[in-house]
Amino acid sequence: MTDDIIIRVRDLKTAYGSHVVHEHLDLDIRRGEIIGVIGPSGCGKSVLLRAITGLKEPSAGSIEVFGKRLETLDPDERAAVERSWGVMFQDGALFSNLTVRENVMVPLKEHTDLSPQLCRELADMKILMAGLHVDAGPKFPSDLSGGMRKRAALARALALDPELLFLDEPTAGLDPITAANFDALIRQLQRALGLTVFLVTHDVDTLQATCDRIAVLGEKRVLAVGTIDELRAFDHPWVQEYFGGPRGRAATGH
Amino acid sequence: MANPSIPEFALETSGEQTVLRVVGDWTVRTVQAVDDGLRDLEAHEGALVLDAAALGKLDTAGAFVIDRTLRQLSETPARIEGNHPNAENLISQVHAVTDVEEPKRPPHGGLVDMLERTGRGFMNMLGEAKDTLAFLGETLVTTFRLVLTPWKLRWTSIVSVLEEAGLDAMPIIAFLSFFVGMVVAFIGATTLRDLGSEIFVVELIGFAMLRELGVIMTGIVLAGRTNSSFTAQIGTMKMRQEIDAMQTLGLKPMDVLVAPRIIAMVVATPVLAFVGTLAGIAGGVMVGWLALDINPALFLDRLQSNVPLDQFWVGMSKAPVFGFVVALIACRQGLNVGGSVQSLGSKTTTSVVQAIFSIIVIDALFAIFYMEMGI
Repeated sequence: MTDDIIIRVRDLKTAYGSHVVHEHLDLDIRRGEIIGVIGPSGCGKSVLLRAITGLKEPSAGSIEVFGKRLETLDPDERAAVERSWGVMFQDGALFSNLTVRENVMVPLKEHTDLSPQLCRELADMKILMAGLHVDAGPKFPSDLSGGMRKRAALARALALDPELLFLDEPTAGLDPITAANFDALIRQLQRALGLTVFLVTHDVDTLQATCDRIAVLGEKRVLAVGTIDELRAFDHPWVQEYFGGPRGRAATGH
Repeated sequence: MANPSIPEFALETSGEQTVLRVVGDWTVRTVQAVDDGLRDLEAHEGALVLDAAALGKLDTAGAFVIDRTLRQLSETPARIEGNHPNAENLISQVHAVTDVEEPKRPPHGGLVDMLERTGRGFMNMLGEAKDTLAFLGETLVTTFRLVLTPWKLRWTSIVSVLEEAGLDAMPIIAFLSFFVGMVVAFIGATTLRDLGSEIFVVELIGFAMLRELGVIMTGIVLAGRTNSSFTAQIGTMKMRQEIDAMQTLGLKPMDVLVAPRIIAMVVATPVLAFVGTLAGIAGGVMVGWLALDINPALFLDRLQSNVPLDQFWVGMSKAPVFGFVVALIACRQGLNVGGSVQSLGSKTTTSVVQAIFSIIVIDALFAIFYMEMGI
């Protein structure tokens, strides 16, 4: 079943100057799963996302996405890999000078030969799929609330129907009801499109509602990977406190 | 990745039933090939069937195009035939989200859009002018109230702004004015040489630097340097909600942030303009001495006797106004910054542009005023 590993990280080391973020980090992500990445603040969850998407160059080790090492690819092949994933950044990272619809149309215009009309229709569909009202299309990101911006960012990440979706704290800063809707949306999209989702989060509710497996980052490596129940049995003080604390217990119903 | 196969479609009518047969990969990268053909299909009566048996890859873009075509062909929902792993699921998903309502898009083209933008731009400009006047009024009231009750003034802020925006700006203003003085002297000398009256460079430098250039250069440097830094300082505080925090603690941003900057700039600008003017004259003296053989003593003597003191006061009278305007615009734009980094950048730009614009317009108004007064 080695084919089913979509991302393979081996012996990864990343560092900013002398500050080492990851060392000897191994992680496998299987095709079609939602993997949640948790860990204490500052443990390098977002850095791992950046390393996998090629935004941060690793100091050592290898990262294979779709069985290919990004740094060995020529620009065309690399662009092809980049087209097959979608990234949603923590603050949305929408282009502020473009409307929501134009934001979603950017990847469509750039990477396909679709006619402007079809581009617009598809962009509107993605906006609706991400759970926004179609009225949001002509608005600028600054006119949207935080939750709507995240949905617009999700619509843009989904624009090219990627196989692989990276979400950086999709529910941070949302109210519990909006966050729960967002969780359901991610789950639903993942089922409909057969996505593989890499989800960085702090939110125990999101983990419970969406993730197939959870990877715990800490001490510069992956401490444990498993389902929420397996992790609850995992003997590590941070993991125990995470799931055993009042928030963790409330979310997982134990 | 394998090359995607080209999508194709066929529409067959047999008796009561219409069958849309889709073949090949229907994905975001391929679907354009069939889009135009599909749009041309006309509605059919009777039951509609989608035959997906030979359908290859399908994503939401393909599903969207198929769903749109099915709707276009018939009002009744189509039956989906042929075992495809996710066709039915995807098409029904897409159908569900796009079924919500038909988006009402007012039919407008480029011209209407342009008119709308123009109108919006004009209304924004009016709004901007009104807001600036309102802010001007508020600032004047606050500043006068504080000046009449000097024990309430924030002297520490004022002194700090005096140093940062006044003293620290002095070298650059002196340098720039010095070079502007040199340039004016050179240009003047080349023209005056033809008339054999190079000595009139003295009057040229005197009038130009005292009346206009010294103070204008100061204003422009302040607009670029101090104005942007004020806007960025206040804007960052606004962005991080420090200003909201200030208000909840009972501190008025007008008193704490705006008034000290306004007062400090009104005081500092005349001094800077004076230094700028002196540096500009020094530049002229230098060119006169080195290139035109006008002895500095002669230059200064002629300057004193032929350029009336009025010219100096005309120039200096503008300086506090420029300082006031620069600080006013900077503070206003800073307080207008919204929650995003983009707005900080755009407000800083607006602030600098408005400040330079205002300085030149106000200078022109002064010129007309003094001309009518006969000075």
